[in-house]
Amino acid sequence: MLSSDQVLHVARLARLELTPEEVERFGGELSKVLDHIELIGQLELEDVPPTSHVIDVENALRADEPRPSMPVERALESAPDAAEGGFRVPSPGAS
Amino acid sequence: MSTEYEPVIGLEIHVQLKTRTKMFCGCELSFGEEPNTRTCPICLGLPGTLPVTNAQAVQYGIMMGLALGCEIAPRSIFHRKNYFYPDLAKGYQISQYDIPLCLGGRLGDVRIHRIHLEEDAAKLVHVGASGRIHGSEASVVDYNRGGTPLAEIVTEPDLRSAEQARDWLQLLRETLRQLGVSDVNMEEGSLRCDANVSIRPKGTHALGTKTELKNMNSFRYVMQGINAEIARQTALLESGESVTQETLHFDPVSGRISSLRSKEEAHDYRYFPEPDLVPIVPTPEMMAAAEAAIPELPADREARYESDFGIPTDTAHLFAYEPTWGTYFERVAVEGNRDAKAAAIWVTELRTRLGADADPHKSAVVPAQLAALAALVAAKKVTAGSARTVLDKMVETGDHPDRIAEAEGLTVMEDSGELSQIVAKVISENPDVVEKVRGGNAKAMGALVGPIMRETKGRADGGEVNRLLREQLGV
Amino acid sequence: MIELTAKQAADAIRSGDLDANEYFEFYRQRAASDPYNSYTWVAEKAPEIDTRKPFAGVPIAIKDLFCTEGIPSQAGSKILEDYRPPYTATSVDRLTTHAGGTLLGKTNQDEFAMGSSTENSAYGPTLNPWDTSRVPGGSSGGSAAVVAGATAPWSIGTDTGGSIRQPAALTGIVGLKPTYGAISRYGMIAFASSLDQAGPFTRDVTDSAMLLSAMVGADPCDQTSLGLPEPVRIPTANDLKGIRLGVPEELAGEGIEDGVLKAFNDTLELAKSLGATVETTHLPHAPHGLAAYYLIAPAECSSNLARYDGVRYGFRKSGASTLIDMYTQTREAGFGAEVKRRIMLGTYALSSGYYDAYYGRAQKVRTLISQDFKNAWDKFDFIVTPTAPGVAFELGSKTADPLAMYLNDFCTVPMSLAGIPAISIPNGLSEGLPVGFQIAGPAFSENRILDAALALEKAIGFDASKAYA
Ligand SMILES: [Zn+2]
Repeated sequence: MLSSDQVLHVARLARLELTPEEVERFGGELSKVLDHIELIGQLELEDVPPTSHVIDVENALRADEPRPSMPVERALESAPDAAEGGFRVPSPGAS
Repeated sequence: MSTEYEPVIGLEIHVQLKTRTKMFCGCELSFGEEPNTRTCPICLGLPGTLPVTNAQAVQYGIMMGLALGCEIAPRSIFHRKNYFYPDLAKGYQISQYDIPLCLGGRLGDVRIHRIHLEEDAAKLVHVGASGRIHGSEASVVDYNRGGTPLAEIVTEPDLRSAEQARDWLQLLRETLRQLGVSDVNMEEGSLRCDANVSIRPKGTHALGTKTELKNMNSFRYVMQGINAEIARQTALLESGESVTQETLHFDPVSGRISSLRSKEEAHDYRYFPEPDLVPIVPTPEMMAAAEAAIPELPADREARYESDFGIPTDTAHLFAYEPTWGTYFERVAVEGNRDAKAAAIWVTELRTRLGADADPHKSAVVPAQLAALAALVAAKKVTAGSARTVLDKMVETGDHPDRIAEAEGLTVMEDSGELSQIVAKVISENPDVVEKVRGGNAKAMGALVGPIMRETKGRADGGEVNRLLREQLGV
Repeated sequence: MIELTAKQAADAIRSGDLDANEYFEFYRQRAASDPYNSYTWVAEKAPEIDTRKPFAGVPIAIKDLFCTEGIPSQAGSKILEDYRPPYTATSVDRLTTHAGGTLLGKTNQDEFAMGSSTENSAYGPTLNPWDTSRVPGGSSGGSAAVVAGATAPWSIGTDTGGSIRQPAALTGIVGLKPTYGAISRYGMIAFASSLDQAGPFTRDVTDSAMLLSAMVGADPCDQTSLGLPEPVRIPTANDLKGIRLGVPEELAGEGIEDGVLKAFNDTLELAKSLGATVETTHLPHAPHGLAAYYLIAPAECSSNLARYDGVRYGFRKSGASTLIDMYTQTREAGFGAEVKRRIMLGTYALSSGYYDAYYGRAQKVRTLISQDFKNAWDKFDFIVTPTAPGVAFELGSKTADPLAMYLNDFCTVPMSLAGIPAISIPNGLSEGLPVGFQIAGPAFSENRILDAALALEKAIGFDASKAYA
């Protein structure tokens, strides 16, 4: 069972502000899912290599040739708070 | 007696690579353009976009690895380093983690631990209070720099003083500059240095607790910062306290060190292999291309100047670290039938006149004429002193040294009758000196050479003057 | 008009027997009055139609998570409400600009493709055209419902652990998940990057081949895209002579509803009568597929969804005065429960001290599952299973139990983990609701799979018109 402290720690890492009800619900649900997932703990996996890509491709590099950038208006068109040619956010560290 | 401590220092250097485009998209690199004019859906982290690795950045990484004697990984992969910050468009930085491009290596006395490739973060500009929310502070994000290719070089903790760290960093910078992979400008941020500093009682081997000193943006600050941190750690240990492992900031204005520890929880970057990118597996062609793109580097050049040209170590070092002057020197030496020592002397003279930063190839003095000047001196047609005057004129006019020496009357006096008369005149004018010489003090004769040279305006050959003096004084 | 398959319509438009604008308008009106909440956006008029192109004038519906320039692309999420991208996904561009297909609408989906019922959409659930009290499956439920309900002749979706095949099965249509890398992922709003793959929803196997043929191809914008080694052919097979079918005991027995299993076994008999050999086999690690999948996919999604932070685009919760509050409040209000659940799970699985036990082990299980399939190809041409363990379930019946919902992907997840192609074709009815038959083959065997699927389709003779007639 995931403790509420663990749930809150993970939520903070993920930048989610959970309500107290969510903390409790997620704790229970995640524990149940994790119990199922822990079945793979029974497998003997010592000598098995991990798979991070199922395809056999290497390099696939891009030539260092410029492509046009977007005009600043385009870059900012979906910004929730555009200001001074940029994306405005509350200052990190401001309280 | 109190314990003497020995600093143990390792460096982490971020190098902005001099590619045309960003690490994972086709946007051109930004050099002070208006904010957010060098962005595209990829480097803004728009939904659905994917990174594609820049081949030139990989080549630069391999070149650095080869130049620093690293092993190039036969297969390296990218990871995602996950954390939230507005300068990070995707919520993660694409970097290399446990399988970097280059491993091991050495530059000078310092071992290289690894070199890996990654992308730079964007810039956050503080804009003060925003009008919208009362009293709150706001920043504006400019993604122009976001995604610029970086190589991170990590050294082993082989440095033992702040001065050594600064000197080694300068060697690294020169090496990278000559490699052509970066502008390596600390003030502009294309070369950034963090230092891992710990101290331990002299003579012991276990490493002390280290701190990480962030982003010192000049060679001087690197030295001052490390010295300040060594002093801080020494004071802590001497007062019986212990050093805490943390990230620190050095303020060059106050000279103070402060903790950068944020209010956030300790970082947990949740690294995992970047599924959007495939492994880098350098092919023989990629390795050959990187190898071919590497120019001769300072250490090799210095060794070659010493062995092939036989010039003194300090001059060889000078020409190796100022490759424009080195190249010019080589041309003068070749023009002068490889009388390299003379060539080195006269190139150094020219460097004094033009300044170390000047490009001699663009000056009025072509290598063949500087070689001709050296030849005039070697043939004793012009004295060394006159030759300096000739060189002044050459810099000014670009004339051939033969013509200048002739026109200015700076050739060595060939008529020994004229010189003989001047010697006799000086002897007669300095009876006291003559007495000392005759009394057995041969060294005193030197006091007569100066006035003779003045009379001849430096055109007399020193050897001939000495011969005549001895003859006429009968010593 | 409604009876025409997409291929028949395309042929008729090219030969001049069908007016492209009329045909588009017919579907546009059906889409605009769609009763199943399958669409999140419908075109207002047909674009200029170039009748020389192969799909000229044939309307196509696109899952919401494909980026379409200037057109809402919200991935079923509030956090991307009315987000209009400045570019179009490569696969969509191939279908429209290159093949001449006309964009009819964007289809509803589970938020960021996380779900098996299309109930996790910020824009309301999509209903199953066979029975509107039931779900159409998910996550591409909208794309399935528009084909089943004939509000579009065909559509595309994405499959991460079954999100094309399962809704195709639950709505009685054909859904194909190609080999990982066959189709560019550029412009597909990512759920789990190492698993996501686009694919077609169609009424029949021939349309599936035709739609696939226009989508595949390597893309310089996607390093993991390869295309297919040979062009996709329109299938022609009438029988299964010499074809060896393997039935994995682990995926075709326990946990499958009786009616689904009966339909599956009936079709195996049909396959034998068409000349196939059928043999029971084992994929010993397949039962661990779900566990591996529910670590890998959430881990990747926890990272892929970190970009939704209220800074550059999309929703931002107003009123926060600190950066951290802005982040956490925006994401709390912008994401739905299932997305948060998976972000939590994935963040936990990647966090310090747990990586090796969870993500690392899951990647190793992935290796074993791939190996199981490779072993199977020594003996079999295809592995066949029921597509989903049951028929379409009642709306709301599984939302309270995430694990029960995840079990829907039991038969489809192993192929996703192995990156191999698999198709679901309609396999009759159970309790009056459609059932799917899944055919999986080795990487890049799409042409052979389509041939086998066509032969079975003809023999099964499923009538899809019931859902829209
Ligand atoms: Zn860009």
